[in-house]
Amino acid sequence: MLYAILCYAHEETVFAWTKEEEAAVMEKLYAVQEPLAVSGKLGPVGRLMPTTAATTVRKGKDEALVIDGPFAETKEALLGFYVVDFDTLDEAVAFSKQLSAVNPGSTSYEIRPFYVFRPGDAAS
Amino acid sequence: MTDIAWIDLALASARPKALGALLRYFRDLDTAEEAFQEACLRAIRTWPEKGPPRDPTAWLIFVGRNSGIDAVRKRSKLQALPDEDVISDTEDAEGDIAERLDDSNYRDDILRLLFICCHPDLPGTQQIALALRIVSGLSVTQIARAFLVSESAMEQRITRAKARVAKAGVPFETPSPQERAERLSIVSTMIYLIFNEGYSQADPRHEAAAFSDEAIRLGRLMLHIFPSEPELMGLLALMLLQISRRPARFSAEGEIVLLEDQDRSLWNQLFINEALALLDKALRHRQPGPYQLQAAIAAIHSRAKRAEDTDWTEIDLLYRALERVQPSPVVTLNRAVAVSKLRGPQEALDLIDPLGEKLGGYFYYHGLRGGLLKQLGLTSQAREAFDHAIALAHSAAEAAHIRRQIDKMQEEAAQPIAK
Repeated sequence: MLYAILCYAHEETVFAWTKEEEAAVMEKLYAVQEPLAVSGKLGPVGRLMPTTAATTVRKGKDEALVIDGPFAETKEALLGFYVVDFDTLDEAVAFSKQLSAVNPGSTSYEIRPFYVFRPGDAAS
Repeated sequence: MTDIAWIDLALASARPKALGALLRYFRDLDTAEEAFQEACLRAIRTWPEKGPPRDPTAWLIFVGRNSGIDAVRKRSKLQALPDEDVISDTEDAEGDIAERLDDSNYRDDILRLLFICCHPDLPGTQQIALALRIVSGLSVTQIARAFLVSESAMEQRITRAKARVAKAGVPFETPSPQERAERLSIVSTMIYLIFNEGYSQADPRHEAAAFSDEAIRLGRLMLHIFPSEPELMGLLALMLLQISRRPARFSAEGEIVLLEDQDRSLWNQLFINEALALLDKALRHRQPGPYQLQAAIAAIHSRAKRAEDTDWTEIDLLYRALERVQPSPVVTLNRAVAVSKLRGPQEALDLIDPLGEKLGGYFYYHGLRGGLLKQLGLTSQAREAFDHAIALAHSAAEAAHIRRQIDKMQEEAAQPIAK
């Protein structure tokens, strides 16, 4: 089963990390990802630009509305995601727990199984 | 990162919102600052044990408000009883805290807090110092070191600035859309001032260099609460594009490396990508302003893989647009660089000669003039312009850069032309 693991956190804190703090966190996250990557179960991983870079297109009456900002105005924003192949939800939970352990602050991971997945070929 | 380091960051990023809300509540900067301080102390004691709250800002406002009320009560027992409105509007006191936690409710609080710091009576350096102290919460020691003054002098400067602002009075009513737009623009200018104070430092390890990061943080905050302001997108994009070049701007010896000589592989591509995305978004609004135009110019440099790929025609056009929106001799001076690339040094020189009266005391004016004269082979006139520039240099790196130009010119003059 393919799962999307979505990373939610306070972006104001995350985007205030210094270069060194950021590097330290990323290194720990890579260490958690590495075994999965080796076993071939890790699909695309994406880190998103801040929500200030987001644009939302919402269905309007006649024409779609284009709004600056993310879809949901929440305390925690979607900052990135993983696509992973696990046999059971338990494995996905265990992996997310590992991610959460090395990520400082109140980061949450939402696990969402896939219906359809097309890897595409846009990534470079 | 340790828990404590994370808490520090969370407190710093919550500071403008929390302090802004407490200021509205207590209507007094010192009381609000004390209340926030107390809330931070409690956070450091409680969070490591119980874990961070889901919404640190709300937590800090709530705890700060209670401790501030206690403090005001205690003081009121010693002094005469305060009027009810000293503490707050009844409406504020009864309001449900959860209800005012949306970003839309923070907007005017933060804007007011920042606006206080850029009172027009205060000179630029004092605006910067006050904003860094109050909004960013930097210590007086840090700010003093950055401005190369003693701690007591800085303490005095900030106290005086606060007194001046208090005397001028701070409007607490919700501003009209017109006033809000004006404040937004004044605050943007102040944020860019903070940025430049840090960016102009040659040495990235210098205390003031951190100001640039702080300005970017404030820029992000502003855009967060005003997500549809194209000029804020432009401001943040401009700052990100400039800071993306920081690793390439100075040689190992601390000398200035000109844009065209910089090692572009050292530029921070993440910042550039974010800035280009922001600029893209801003342009959709079709309300070009000075920050968007300056960011668009910076973006052209960032898009060029090599210096010789730079699209100078587009830069010239953008500077012409900037001259229309925000006419200034400095803008024209900058356009002259594009003109010299497109149509040669003589035309650029013709463009900047009339600016001499206004820019006679400006380092870059003489530096550019010297460079153009040098290209025309007018060595002695170039030498004179360079000497002017050195006398006006702000830093050793600037002076050294010009001196190197002179040396190069003399070397070339000493050799017979062998081409």
